[in-house]
Amino acid sequence: MTAVEDRPATEIGTRRLRKEDQRLITGRTRWTDNITLPGMVHLAMVRSPHAHATITGIDTSAAAQAANVIAVYTAADFPEGLGVCANAWPITPEQVTPDHLPMVGDRVACAGEIVAVVVARSAAEAQDAAELVDVDFEELPAVLDAMEAMKDEVLAHPSKGTNKSAFWQLDSAAAGTGGNVEEAIAAARADGILIERSYRQQRLIPAFMEPRSTVVDPTGEQVTMWTSTQIPHILRFLIAATTGMSESKIRVIAPDVGGGFGGKLQTTPEEFITLAVARRLGKPAKYTETRSESLLSGHHGRDQYQKLTLAATKDGTVTGLKVELVANLGAYIAIVGGGVPVLGAWMFNAIYKFPAYQFNCQTVLTNTTWVDAYRGAGRPEATYAIERLMDELAAEVGVDPLTIREKNWIRHDEFPFTSVAGMTYDSGNYEAATARAKELFGYDELRAEQARRRASGDPVQLGIGVSTFTEMCGLAPSRVLGSLSYGAGGWEHASIRMLPTGKVEVVTGTSPHGQGHETAWSQIVADRLGVPFEDVEVLHGDTQIAYKGLDTYGSRSLVVGAEAVVRAADKIIDKAKVFAAHLLEASADDLEWGAGRFHVKGTDKGVGITEVALATFASHNYPEGVEPGIDADATFDPDTFSFPHGTHLCAMEVDTETGQSRMRSYVCVDDIGHIINPLIVEGQVHGGLVQGIAQALWEDAIFDDNGTLVTGSFVDYTLPSAADTISFVTENTTSPSTTNTLGTKGVGEAGTIASTPAVVNAIVDALRPHGVHDIQMPCTPQRVWRALQSARSTHPGSTDEGSLQ
Amino acid sequence: MIPAAFDYVAPTSVQEALAVLAQAGDDAKVLGGGQSLLPILRMRLNAPETVIDLGRIDALRGISEDGDALVIGAMTTYAEVLASDLVRDHALVLHKAVATIADPQIRHRGTVGGALVHADPAGDVGAPVLALGGELVIAGSGGERRVAAADFFEDLFTTAVGDDELLVAVRIPKHTGWGAAYEKFVRVAQQWSIVAVAATVRAEGGTITQARIGLTNMGSTPLRATAVEDALVGKGAGDLAAICASAGAGTNPPSDLNGDADYRRHLAGVLTRRAVAAALG
Ligand SMILES: Cc1cc2nc3c(=O)[nH]c(=O)nc-3n(C[C@H](O)[C@H](O)[C@H](O)COP(=O)(O)OP(=O)(O)OC[C@H]3O[C@@H](n4cnc5c(N)ncnc54)[C@H](O)[C@@H]3O)c2cc1C
Repeated sequence: MTAVEDRPATEIGTRRLRKEDQRLITGRTRWTDNITLPGMVHLAMVRSPHAHATITGIDTSAAAQAANVIAVYTAADFPEGLGVCANAWPITPEQVTPDHLPMVGDRVACAGEIVAVVVARSAAEAQDAAELVDVDFEELPAVLDAMEAMKDEVLAHPSKGTNKSAFWQLDSAAAGTGGNVEEAIAAARADGILIERSYRQQRLIPAFMEPRSTVVDPTGEQVTMWTSTQIPHILRFLIAATTGMSESKIRVIAPDVGGGFGGKLQTTPEEFITLAVARRLGKPAKYTETRSESLLSGHHGRDQYQKLTLAATKDGTVTGLKVELVANLGAYIAIVGGGVPVLGAWMFNAIYKFPAYQFNCQTVLTNTTWVDAYRGAGRPEATYAIERLMDELAAEVGVDPLTIREKNWIRHDEFPFTSVAGMTYDSGNYEAATARAKELFGYDELRAEQARRRASGDPVQLGIGVSTFTEMCGLAPSRVLGSLSYGAGGWEHASIRMLPTGKVEVVTGTSPHGQGHETAWSQIVADRLGVPFEDVEVLHGDTQIAYKGLDTYGSRSLVVGAEAVVRAADKIIDKAKVFAAHLLEASADDLEWGAGRFHVKGTDKGVGITEVALATFASHNYPEGVEPGIDADATFDPDTFSFPHGTHLCAMEVDTETGQSRMRSYVCVDDIGHIINPLIVEGQVHGGLVQGIAQALWEDAIFDDNGTLVTGSFVDYTLPSAADTISFVTENTTSPSTTNTLGTKGVGEAGTIASTPAVVNAIVDALRPHGVHDIQMPCTPQRVWRALQSARSTHPGSTDEGSLQ
Repeated sequence: MIPAAFDYVAPTSVQEALAVLAQAGDDAKVLGGGQSLLPILRMRLNAPETVIDLGRIDALRGISEDGDALVIGAMTTYAEVLASDLVRDHALVLHKAVATIADPQIRHRGTVGGALVHADPAGDVGAPVLALGGELVIAGSGGERRVAAADFFEDLFTTAVGDDELLVAVRIPKHTGWGAAYEKFVRVAQQWSIVAVAATVRAEGGTITQARIGLTNMGSTPLRATAVEDALVGKGAGDLAAICASAGAGTNPPSDLNGDADYRRHLAGVLTRRAVAAALG
């Protein structure tokens, strides 16, 4: 009992160190590649070096004869097929969807596509032999860029007749959620302000720390697959659905997974191939990718062209927004690849009260690596565009960027607010977050310094960038997903088992891969059931243990998954009450519940929930007509999304001599509702910020004209390290969510969504007096310097250099 | 990321290493600190049959004085260079340049000799050695020979060291009391130089009496900006901008993801001014 007295009054809100960190950080744990099984064979993939080519012959004989090679397979060796890397979200019924097979035999549609697999006794021998596989390719013309693809001159898949995959529109007039955008634009053109811009969302690579790895054990009654995935449940379902294997014969385990950022929200060719080889040979098989393979063949993110038209009155009140996207899907439509850009439909209007809105998205196929979810998935792209536009509007009106936002945002007394895109925002207080951020940032002081440096002609100029973002998280109400033709629901499941020794096992259908669910879920359950934090064990990521679940992505785990945990816990309390009353020989109505105990009102008689658990284990004495057990489970399907928001302020120093930008300070105040563990929140925000800042400044996946990934290693794909970041100031305001019991909102993607425009706005703000209005991302020193050069060579106010227009 | 199979030899003397090298010929590769060679092997850009590890040859390690010169053994690591007072006192610009290389782990492995023989134009060791007028000591079956840094770097990844030879040391004339700076321009902390400038100057009463400037990644080899060096003599801090702006003139730097040739020439001018100003203190 004394130990209990040292405990925090509530676990929720406590900065608990993460219980999973020791094993994750030391690596002494079950990463997939750490798994070694008796008789295990190793795979190496033979991949296409070409972006688009016909395969005219594959000679595997030399490889087959190499030392310790067990087999070499091509697609021809699997006439029954190897499964399908399915697209689970066709965004329109007419969507053009090329078949995406794990291994191809006749034609490759992007570099890195797998044409053969070598199986050997060791990974080294498999890799040696893979070099001996001789593939004859006849190159075909390749289309790489989305705008080029729109022309349909070179086809990514000639048999499809077009590169255009699908067109998707949301129009507020048609939907009845707002006015007619064309009328708003015409009015602004006649007598108002029209901001027309084109922005480029460059292609990014989700560079998770642990490369993808898969081990399949076909021995035993079920086939077991360990794989470095975010989605063990969805993967199991899709293996069954596309291979014909019985779902009950497949067990998928995501053991500890070293990061994903959306990059492991996929069913991959490598998983299907490893499965097929293990089953064919009857031996355990392992495939672990190299970093080079990961950069080329793990899916990519972003890659959009955005055309935007914002209409406003002369005083800067917004009247309409029209969005026209062209999104590059790559060679195939990945699991939710087509849907990711469409998620922007509900986000471009952001926190602003647009009376009229139209969102148009055209997806196209190209001969590049497939594109899918990357941290934020659709929302960073939208947030970037609208937050850049609001700065442009402020410049046009001649007011501070915060003033223009305040003029147009939803006031805190207007929640719940139904947006022009038809979404109901649960709660928020933009005024409070902004006021606190300004204070922490020293906004007025920095503006004064900026003015001084402008006046003195300092070669290093100061810029201040603003991003007042919101996002939708908590994927997702199942009925909404159904209305969008998404292939699954959005519910989540949990179960709780009360063990006889007083320990508690919480089984969650979410699949953490670095987020700290084990700690956060333990805190929640410790409070809810009144048991010690240490006594809660969180189990996840194994389809035989957590038999039901929809995994982790889209900032859903806490708001959807933990709500299921809360509901399961509440059911346990309800069940236990009946037993407690029996044990205490009292009426259930006379019992009070608190701190893990049932008390008989007005007496000192009581019984703890763990004692009830032990009593039900023995079951020597329990009420008539009741099952002897108090375990419970719950499935929660949210009614709506939750909408975190925040105000991010960034100061950048831009060296006008070299074009180099350096971050001076970064402050963000995020409102994510109630916080379970502030330490985990800070970690999520800091990491998210770095990824968003990296899009603004550093990362860019570039193919050359032949479709070869030039940024194929970390030498050229300039991923930042800790040395490139500064110490961020992060704080929170609290508008509890109304969508779940704990009042929480998601935080996994917030930093990434918000920070990119804050950084670019700051750089543009530094250079606006020099006549620079835009810099294409990433804002490399060369791009910044050239934008300045060309602005100087014309006259201030007329440069489009560095932008797309 | 698994290298192709190779034989591994670890000789303990230069003579022994040369003998193995002579025997293995073209199919052998010498291993210094491995920070360039190992990535090459792991990415299978090269697959030598024999790898000759110089790590056990004590004679190749260490920093000593020999009259007016510092002698740095080829297998001396960056970390050892950074810890050396001799280098700091007599070849400060080398110290400053080496401090910018990669991260502590790599600096405890990578060697001065490996960097010079690897001769990556973006590497940070070549320009300071060139600026300081270093001499490279090369051993072969016929004994040792010395090559001036100006003649040592022949092209991209190509030096005067023959297939059957070893670099054993670099000799650097002492530049005692010279100010120095290394201005390295990168986009992320862990990056090779987009452009870098090594400047070391001797000054009296704020007036430059001697200047040496080496340019990194402004061509296929490290370069000396001799016209700027000459123009700086007799000048002071106030005169730098006009003189240094032309540091990149006449060079033929690469164009790549980080910048094209024009931009690099521009950077060379800005960075030279900053380096010389910093070296003047
Ligand atoms: C992540 C990373 C970042 C880096 N960043 C930088 C940077 O910013 N700046 C920079 O300058 N360098 C950088 N490097 C490279 C580093 O400096 C290397 O150490 C250097 O280029 C090679 O030195 P080494 O001793 O490791 O040589 P090795 O890799 O062992 O050898 C390189 C080449 O030299 C040959 N060789 C080595 N020693 C001898 C000898 N004595 N005689 C004849 N031939 C020899 C080898 O055969 C091989 O061809 C980086 C490396 C890494 C991995």
